[in-house]
Amino acid sequence: MSIQGMPSEYFLAHIWLVPLFPLAASAVMLLFGRKLSNAAVSVFCVGSVFLSMVYGFGAIFQLIARPVAQRVVEFALFNWIPAGAMHTTSGHLINFNAQWGYLFDPLTAVMVGIVTGVGFLIHVYSTGYMAHEGGYYRFFGYLNLFMFSMLTLVLANNILLMFVGWEGVGLCSYLLIGFYFLKKSASDAGKKAFIVNRIGDTGFLLGIFLLVGTLGTLNFTAIRGAIVVGHFAVGDAALTAIALLLFVGATGKSAQIPLYVWLPDAMEGPTPVSALIHAATMVTAGVYMLVRTNAIFAMAPRALTVIAVVGAVTALFAATMGVLQNDIKKVLAYSTVSQLGYMFLACGVGAFGAGIFHLMTHAFFKGLLFLGAGSVIHAMSGEQDMQKMGALGGKIRTTYLTMFAATLAIAGIPPFAGFFSKDEILAHAFQRSHALWFVGWITAGMTAFYMFRLLFLTFMGKSRVPHDVEHHIHESPGNMTVPLIVLALLSVAGGWIGLGGRFESFLEPVLPAASAAVTGAETPELPLMIASVAIALAGIGLAYFLYIKRTDLPDKIAASFGGLYRLVYNKYYVDQIYDAMFVNRAKDLGLTLGAFDRTFIDGLGVNGAGWLTRAISVISIYWDKWIIDGSVNFVAMLARVLSIPVRWLQTGRVSSYAGFIVLGVLLLIGFYLHAAGYTLANLRP
Amino acid sequence: MIGTGHYLFLSLALFLIGVVGVATRRNVIIILMSIELILNAVNINLVAFSRLVGSVEGQVFAIFIITDAAAEAAVGLGIIIAFFRNRETVLSDEMDLLKW
Repeated sequence: MSIQGMPSEYFLAHIWLVPLFPLAASAVMLLFGRKLSNAAVSVFCVGSVFLSMVYGFGAIFQLIARPVAQRVVEFALFNWIPAGAMHTTSGHLINFNAQWGYLFDPLTAVMVGIVTGVGFLIHVYSTGYMAHEGGYYRFFGYLNLFMFSMLTLVLANNILLMFVGWEGVGLCSYLLIGFYFLKKSASDAGKKAFIVNRIGDTGFLLGIFLLVGTLGTLNFTAIRGAIVVGHFAVGDAALTAIALLLFVGATGKSAQIPLYVWLPDAMEGPTPVSALIHAATMVTAGVYMLVRTNAIFAMAPRALTVIAVVGAVTALFAATMGVLQNDIKKVLAYSTVSQLGYMFLACGVGAFGAGIFHLMTHAFFKGLLFLGAGSVIHAMSGEQDMQKMGALGGKIRTTYLTMFAATLAIAGIPPFAGFFSKDEILAHAFQRSHALWFVGWITAGMTAFYMFRLLFLTFMGKSRVPHDVEHHIHESPGNMTVPLIVLALLSVAGGWIGLGGRFESFLEPVLPAASAAVTGAETPELPLMIASVAIALAGIGLAYFLYIKRTDLPDKIAASFGGLYRLVYNKYYVDQIYDAMFVNRAKDLGLTLGAFDRTFIDGLGVNGAGWLTRAISVISIYWDKWIIDGSVNFVAMLARVLSIPVRWLQTGRVSSYAGFIVLGVLLLIGFYLHAAGYTLANLRP
Repeated sequence: MIGTGHYLFLSLALFLIGVVGVATRRNVIIILMSIELILNAVNINLVAFSRLVGSVEGQVFAIFIITDAAAEAAVGLGIIIAFFRNRETVLSDEMDLLKW
């Protein structure tokens, strides 16, 4: 584990400690947490994430301090799977070896910063939000386990270790969605998330297998070299297949069409979980994975086209569903799906840097939006329906102002963070295809519309709050509002680091191909910028008109577009279609197999064997009873019958036996006397 | 003059008393005593014939039988004590565990 360079690079040399702190804390929580007080749990779990953050940011600063060309640190803790020699499909003999190793480069640095930074804030927030919930230690144990898995995912130096983290975050997601496991909808949602993710993971795993078979290595740095060495042509079939399979994995984790259905249901989990896992970090793992393996995708332009189209369609499709949701968290969930679509659109048009940039700003403002929504739900004593809110702005001022900042950021209003990243994606999309840009542009308007609809319905207009809830409304405690304020500052200023392409040049060591492709062409930057701000403002204006000025209009519009309204309101019936096409068919298959089991395995096999054994045993019983036992009993009976004549001799009295002896002696004497010729007459010789 | 016939008669009398005792009494101790009588009847017989024949072998035999009788009495009484401890009886008609 020697790091070449300056000896003072303590944090870079100890980057392996970053995932270890939360792992240790979660182990303590899940083993002994029940016995600890809430205060101890908070200190332990928030402290471990704080240490991770300190070590993470220490490493980031030490990485930045290095010259640009040396900003890659890679080392292996140990050989994890030294599987040995194998042949690749091209016939090369290679020595397969997967290491438990960490790779720390600018891309990882960004992800570690997001995961530990936002993660720490959400941990602090959770100490307030979960204070009155049961299973406090369990919640933090799972949350710390999630931090470990996510950090393993982003720090891994090979795709197999990444997959370990990938599955780990999936597990934690399942556990935390179903945190209120006594509630059926929550445990169902957890299962749904887990199963849908498994479908994606199948693709991911197949992609990994094909990758090993084709390139013979899983190490991210080595993949790039292997592609050069292997003389693969652009558009190579094997690489395209790998790219598409990896993308299948990404659609599962990052909730893209067709596997997005689990994310809205995942809102059953506690709100900090929605913020951390289902908005800021885990769901962006798919984007991170695509960017991390960009060397493969750069060789597979057809796969990139698929990704761009899927991303754009998902962005638009999810945005339309977000427009009509009334549950505050569901709106944010569809918004997350939509924003993830943006990130995939960015990757699809080759703008990996812009995708990561949007990933980062999205982590800030969407994390904040969820935490704000949690604060609103906290204030409303658990109410999530926006139709029962309104005019909360004056009562929970900090929440209102921070959420306002986040909403401006996601709507893409300059100079807030979302403007820069979204604008960059749209600019790159415009270069590639005007149609993709147009879809993204429309989505931007809809995003602004539904987010301001949320803001207006919740915080402004007339109060629709029931009276018994109204006088309970209170601002959240300090450990919830401070994370909101910090994230609000990041949502305002977080985009400024991208000014002048600084963010992308920071990522340059990781993405040489991508950034080269981007800088070349001419882009009408300014008109595009004006267009996207204009449509955002139009969306805001429409929302203002419909939900503040003419609050009677939305219902009338809904009535006049009855069919379309119902279609969108019911989320295009996708869940029902999936149920009909896959879920119920899987159930049918299970029932058929069950019937087969009952009839043939149980019926013919097990019960038949049982019946046969029983029939044989009946014969065996007769044999035993009449032949074996019969012969024994016959012998006994024979002895008994034969003994009848002599039985009376056995009196059991000693004296009678003595009498018999005497009698016998007399008889013997008589016999010998008789034999010697004596008779009664001549007893005297 | 007391001849061999007198001894034999005494012996026969003792023997018959012993046999009747063994055959009729219930108490096992008395049965044992009766057996002693039978043995002593045999002893008298042996000594009498020894004197008649003029050989000491019969007398040696008698001494062996006395020794044997002593051993037999010791063993017999031991059995009776053990039996009494188990069944609290010495009556032979109650010793019927082996009866069919």
